[in-house]
Amino acid sequence: MSLFRTELRRLTKRRFTRWMTVGGLLVLALIVVGLFISNQKIGPEQWAEAERSADRQHQEQVQWAQQERAACERAKAAGETVDYYPADCADITPPLREDIRAEWFLPSTFVFRDNFEEMLVPLAGILAMIGFVVGASFVGAEWSTGGMMNLLLWRPKRLTVLLTKLGALLTGLLALALPATAAWFGSLWLVANWRGVTTGMTSGTWQSFLITGGRGIILVLVAATLGFALASLGRHTAMALGGAVAVMVVGQVGLAILLEMAQVRFAEAWLLPTYAYAWMTKKVTLQDWRSCNATYTGECEPATLDLTWQHSSALFTVGVVALLGAALWTMRRRDIA
Amino acid sequence: MPAVLEIEGLRKTYRSRRRGVRNALDGFDMRVEAGQVHGFLGPNGSGKTTTLRTLLGLIRPDGGRMAILGHEVPGALPQIAGQVGAIVESPQFFPHFTARDTLSLLASAGQVPQQRVDEVLELVGLRDRAGERVKTYSLGMKQRLAVASALLKNPKLLILDEPANGLDPGGIREMRTLVRNLAESEMTVVLSSHILGEIQLICDSVTIISLGRRVAFGPVDEVLAQHSSGALRVRLEAVTDLPVAAGALHDAGYRVTPNLDHLMLAGVDKPATVTRLLADRGLYVSELAPVTVDLESVFLELTNTAPVPGQHRQVDQSARVDGAEPSAPTGGGWGA
Repeated sequence: MSLFRTELRRLTKRRFTRWMTVGGLLVLALIVVGLFISNQKIGPEQWAEAERSADRQHQEQVQWAQQERAACERAKAAGETVDYYPADCADITPPLREDIRAEWFLPSTFVFRDNFEEMLVPLAGILAMIGFVVGASFVGAEWSTGGMMNLLLWRPKRLTVLLTKLGALLTGLLALALPATAAWFGSLWLVANWRGVTTGMTSGTWQSFLITGGRGIILVLVAATLGFALASLGRHTAMALGGAVAVMVVGQVGLAILLEMAQVRFAEAWLLPTYAYAWMTKKVTLQDWRSCNATYTGECEPATLDLTWQHSSALFTVGVVALLGAALWTMRRRDIA
Repeated sequence: MPAVLEIEGLRKTYRSRRRGVRNALDGFDMRVEAGQVHGFLGPNGSGKTTTLRTLLGLIRPDGGRMAILGHEVPGALPQIAGQVGAIVESPQFFPHFTARDTLSLLASAGQVPQQRVDEVLELVGLRDRAGERVKTYSLGMKQRLAVASALLKNPKLLILDEPANGLDPGGIREMRTLVRNLAESEMTVVLSSHILGEIQLICDSVTIISLGRRVAFGPVDEVLAQHSSGALRVRLEAVTDLPVAAGALHDAGYRVTPNLDHLMLAGVDKPATVTRLLADRGLYVSELAPVTVDLESVFLELTNTAPVPGQHRQVDQSARVDGAEPSAPTGGGWGA
């Protein structure tokens, strides 16, 4: 227990942990501020303004149609052949007023019921990035500065030391992610309250939000574990960060280009962010626009592939087991020089 | 006296596709008795650090037996880790923590009372700089911090690898006093160093390692005596008599090396016979001094690492205990 407490203390004492946490929370705070500024509550005033905007739009359309019809008739009278005008200039008519809907001109408003769940994705993404980098640095810096060797002189049980470090890291991240997620719920509720609507919430909606938030926290812990395992394998923070950059740039962007060139069906199914997104949104439906599934009405529908959170969970489990297993195996077997 | 540290037939082989096979430890033996200050000497790449790392569980041995405080290691290391303080090679600490934080975290991990942190900081002279980040420390200060970390447990066995590295002359003297004081408080100290003058001053006994094998061991005096050549320096009242004296001694069977103002004799068992022989010929001795060997010359002789003009000795070129020519490592490279 003393080792666990020590490692937790070491984690919180590290400047890198503190700066990454502050930086991540700052970004989240900026997103909240941005949402607050860019949304408005919709009332009679906003509806009236939207109606006025719709009227203006209609007037402009009427004016434009008249000008174009006149130009068309002039062109016809002069015997010019202008292919962008219809055969009968009378076909150039303005839209009806009722076709231009006032709600198109309403300002953006934050509807908690509709918008909150998708806003859990950036929260999970930012916290997962913090988790990965802090996790990698927590063990990587210990290896590269000799701190791990010092610790092993005091605690010569290698696996216990590594797993205790991981436990402390995950506990620390949980202590960050849980309040951060709660604060995210609270702050976006306030944004919706002041700059949108909070109506329509049912116990089922709340439950769904909580489950998605929970999945976000699991994503953070998975990212931290992967960063930790990679840095432990390479005995340097750069191993994890370099590995992540290599995977994202070469393995994802490069792969995406390659798959696109090869016209592979459902190319996104080979890209990791798709699975992270599927994990958060429960399901991602990929479409193959090159295929045509004819419906009974004669329409051409693209073929689809559903990636669910279960697919993502299988991928994450395999990744964590493989990398953490390798890190533990090398910790046990390799000499510490 | 009971042995605090015992190593028998320790083997460690490094295999690499590029560098081939190299025996860093080739059946190495070592024994350190309780309460001693024991010097552990060897040229670069001879296997000193590999031995210490293996002993402390950082490196997996390929064969042999090791025991610390009567417990077989590495199996029993978790039980005895609290009684063994060690610094291995250069001091390494997380650079952004202060010295106090560094020691406090170690104390906390090892369940050592926090007040001990201030005690050891005082002991190594870092009390007033304990609040500064380690990255601002000089090598000598880092070395002091490393010693402090090893002392934190108040260990029964203290292993110090090159503790005087980077220390100023005052620091070296303080380190010497500290080690002696620790030994007086019944702590056993194993000291690995290249400053052989220091080792000779501080240590009760030594082990010398070369190419992964023990080439000499025992109390410092005995090791020196074993390698004393029985050399004598002879001066006469009249320098002009030196050639005559050299001839007389040569005729009597001594190996004589004439110098400008004195003669050097080798292999002399009883110096009194030299005085008598010269006096019988009317040659009067003004100085008859046995030439004492020091640890450095014994070390250079035993490890065959004395510099030779015009030659550039490579790291693994030193002596084997069986006197065989050292075989070059399959792929070369720096040491253990």
